[in-house]
Amino acid sequence: MNIPAELKYSKTHEWVKMLDETTALIGITDYAQDALGDVVFVDIPEAGDAVTAGESFTDVESVKAVSEVISPVSGEIAEVNEALDEAPELLNQDCYESWIIKVSGITETEELLDAAAYEEYLKTCEEEE
Amino acid sequence: MKLIFEKGQEGHGLGLLPECDVPKVSLSRTRRKPPVLPHVSENELTRHYTALAKRVHGMNDGFYPLGSCTMKYNPKINEEMAALPGFTDLHPLQPVETAQGALRVLKETEEAICEITGMDRMTLQPAAGAHGEFTGLLLIKAYHKSRGDFGRTKIIVPDSAHGTNPASSVMAGFTVVNVPSDENGCVDVEALRAAVGPDTAGLMLTNPNTVGIFDKNILEITKIIHEAGGQCYYDGANLNAVMGVVRPGDMGFDVIHVNLHKTFSTPHGGGGPGSGPVGCKAHLAAFLPGPCVEKSDEGLILRKPAQSIGRVRGFYGNFLVVVRALTYIQTLGKEGIPEAAKHAVLNANYMMARLKDSYHMAYDTICMHEFVMNLSELKKETGVSAMDIAKGLLDHGIHPPTMYFPLIVHEALMVEPTETETKDTLDEAIGVFIQLAELARTQPEELLSAPHVTPVGRLDEVGAARKPVLRWTPEEQDI
Amino acid sequence: MGSYVSITEMEQQKMLDAVGVRSLDELYKDVPAEMLLSEGELKLPSGKSELEVRESIGAYAAQNTRFATVLRGAGSYRHYIPAVVKSVISREELVTAYTPYQAEVSQGILQSIYEYQSMICQLFGMDVSNASVYDGCTAAAEAVGMCRDRRRGKALVSACADPQVIETIRTYCFGSGMELALVSEKNGQTDADALKELAGADTACLYIQQPNYYGQMEDAEGLGAIIHEAGGKYIMGVNPIACAVMATPGECGADIAVGEGQPLGLPTSFGGPYLGIMTATQAMMRKLPGRIVGKTSDHDGNVGYVLTLTAREQHIRREKASSNICSNEALCALTAAVYLSAMGAKSLTEAAEQSMAKAHYLAGLLAEAELPLKYEGEYFHEFVTVCESQKAQAILDALEKKGILGGLPVEGGLLWCATEMVSRAKLDETAAIVKEVLAR
Repeated sequence: MNIPAELKYSKTHEWVKMLDETTALIGITDYAQDALGDVVFVDIPEAGDAVTAGESFTDVESVKAVSEVISPVSGEIAEVNEALDEAPELLNQDCYESWIIKVSGITETEELLDAAAYEEYLKTCEEEE
Repeated sequence: MKLIFEKGQEGHGLGLLPECDVPKVSLSRTRRKPPVLPHVSENELTRHYTALAKRVHGMNDGFYPLGSCTMKYNPKINEEMAALPGFTDLHPLQPVETAQGALRVLKETEEAICEITGMDRMTLQPAAGAHGEFTGLLLIKAYHKSRGDFGRTKIIVPDSAHGTNPASSVMAGFTVVNVPSDENGCVDVEALRAAVGPDTAGLMLTNPNTVGIFDKNILEITKIIHEAGGQCYYDGANLNAVMGVVRPGDMGFDVIHVNLHKTFSTPHGGGGPGSGPVGCKAHLAAFLPGPCVEKSDEGLILRKPAQSIGRVRGFYGNFLVVVRALTYIQTLGKEGIPEAAKHAVLNANYMMARLKDSYHMAYDTICMHEFVMNLSELKKETGVSAMDIAKGLLDHGIHPPTMYFPLIVHEALMVEPTETETKDTLDEAIGVFIQLAELARTQPEELLSAPHVTPVGRLDEVGAARKPVLRWTPEEQDI
Repeated sequence: MGSYVSITEMEQQKMLDAVGVRSLDELYKDVPAEMLLSEGELKLPSGKSELEVRESIGAYAAQNTRFATVLRGAGSYRHYIPAVVKSVISREELVTAYTPYQAEVSQGILQSIYEYQSMICQLFGMDVSNASVYDGCTAAAEAVGMCRDRRRGKALVSACADPQVIETIRTYCFGSGMELALVSEKNGQTDADALKELAGADTACLYIQQPNYYGQMEDAEGLGAIIHEAGGKYIMGVNPIACAVMATPGECGADIAVGEGQPLGLPTSFGGPYLGIMTATQAMMRKLPGRIVGKTSDHDGNVGYVLTLTAREQHIRREKASSNICSNEALCALTAAVYLSAMGAKSLTEAAEQSMAKAHYLAGLLAEAELPLKYEGEYFHEFVTVCESQKAQAILDALEKKGILGGLPVEGGLLWCATEMVSRAKLDETAAIVKEVLAR
């Protein structure tokens, strides 16, 4: 399982890349894309919408499942990755390059895991299965 | 196979209507160009659909043990009765005095199914099971509201439930509380006790449940809900196992739906029309959708109940489906109804007993009308999944069981043979199931690439969903 | 007496032995004993032979009056049904199959639905159709639900829509908590000024019916422009036969178009089974409820069809699904597809034109007989004549004696309908009877 060291992770399998103090990219992890299977649709939100830490801002669909994507931060969506609209498979191909939203004006951040802690956490997830 | 749009020629067609015998008039705003529809002769038309019909596995093409769908035989007399012009030619808004026979069909069906389920009143308006769920939940909502009990916002649903249960709850404006199942696939009574409270509007449950087991704690379960001030909803998806043997009303349920297209032998039509009548105890009857059929001195009449939630569909429901169900009920009568249930249960238990050595049973106990197999061991061992076994069955002319449901069982195959299959059919099918389990261990690749003899192989569902092509378009208007 | 269980005593014994129980009743050991019904406790008549059932159900059918001539519509229309329609839809594979979840053995059903979707899109001028919902009323109610979002929770519904549709939408709103407001009627049409007053930032959608309940043609484009101006979605409920000639919902700017599909080859059948048609623009595709069939291929490149976009549906999305629909009206959708194929654009247009022509001819005769039109606007194949209720009843009674089902009593008059099924001679006869009654 690919877990880049420079990113932060949530327990609901989103990654966060802080670009500066109050701006971040958010996407789903390798574990999440693998669990979903072939992604067929990402319901991309609109730039300008507010996101709240701990709340869903979109969902990602595969043929047999749908999964909510939970924002680990509170702020405003500055930009969305429109490439996912045409090519949702990018989430399977390279989930860490394929960010879903860019959030700016971050006012609150959930407690996030670093790569090592996330790797540990994944072990417990796999056991539960 | 070609689409019907790609057959025939401009100018082919049928001679259907006479010349217009009155002067024509036209609208001021007309459509810009006529719709592009097929242009085929009657011969081309029938050949097309005959070819399509050959590419369908129907009830009469072979065994159809599709769990939770009750694919029983669809009697021919039902079809003939539903085709009587005295029913098909009726306008739904013709005066009730001229439609007394139709109202008798509705009334007699209501009374018979109320008797079978232990309910007091029933609406035949809902067009399907999920539609019935929505209707029943609205009755619960209206009931609490009428008592000034506004805080009851939650519906409890077991985690083994069909997806329609939570979806219907939300459509009816409730939030869903999932309760876990115990190791027998039944309601975890302690978890239920912990989940109820002053915000409990009700509980939705099937019994036998979605793993095919009769929940023996049922009286305690309904009591817990009632003591918390909630109402108990019975999802009749599995009524076939118990009809004429035990009644939901006697289990403590207040409101139910039944599926005429499962339990009462009406055909599934490739996905519908079904019919999902909703029955209730007397305290909920005033809220039923209108109109209901009532007896009066002038014969049968239609009347909207006093505090009706309003209609949930046009007119009186899928009337011709009701005609078929009544035909079936009259045919079976009080002896045949429990007989059907008991043989549905016997057939399921017989298959389960004979398959135990080849497949892992999710719950190894006496089942009701269906049983669930867990193929995760087989998958780990051989790489062959529930899906692969299902596809292998297709090559043997058997429609696969329901796959991957209920969600609480991994690699699930849910088998429901129904009472209308003979021992010979079951024996043959058992032979095929056993053979496939062996094949999984000896030549798994055969199953991984199945089916082999169907008109098409496994289809690319991912591609279909990523770039949806949902209709044919003529070349000049490609989008 | 009748039974579809076939088993000998010996077979039953073998099966019980294999299970390890002694009797059928032992299979119900988990059912608390006090709950079990005792023999004969079920208060139903005994089973009947097929001959007896035929007589019994046949007697119910015979008790109903079959009107030779129907001049009543109001949501259920008697059109000509080609013989080939009944023949095709009686194929038992198509009648008895389950929902096509196993695509490899369901290509016939899936392709027929794909063709249905294609035909309906053509007829409605819309981008996407689903595989059907229960009927026209539920299609309208589901459409309203599709338009709700966080900011917009109010549905506007034309008071000129079929009252049954309005009532069904109201019931669904009682469930979902959406607010509903009626846009008032003016001269038998939706009042555009009232709409402008009502439409605002909280408005999710407007539902109108074309032709409306009174048969009147609405200014569908104009009403659509008003709701779009306010940022709401535009839903049109249309008569599919009228779509052969009138400006389509697509041309009128509808975001969602729905309709009662019964006129497309289904008998009136005392109200069901019918067909809920549901279509939308590409932009709203993923909000459509219910099943949708898409085209794809297998690994050998064979074209095939599958149920697609399934992640919208209840079996995957559960409490997050926007609709609970599972069973639909597939066989009725097939019926409509066969009907449209048999009719082709030519006969379908002819049926629409003849219905309209006959309605206008009848309206002219009735006006001569002192039964004037209530509304001045343009109409399709239904219209209201002014008549006080006692007289109306006398007219209906006189018509009934001649096997004619006259117009439906509505407030202030009668709502008539004519289709290609009614000959000029019958229309003349109707007018003569009306004249005679009014002369009394």
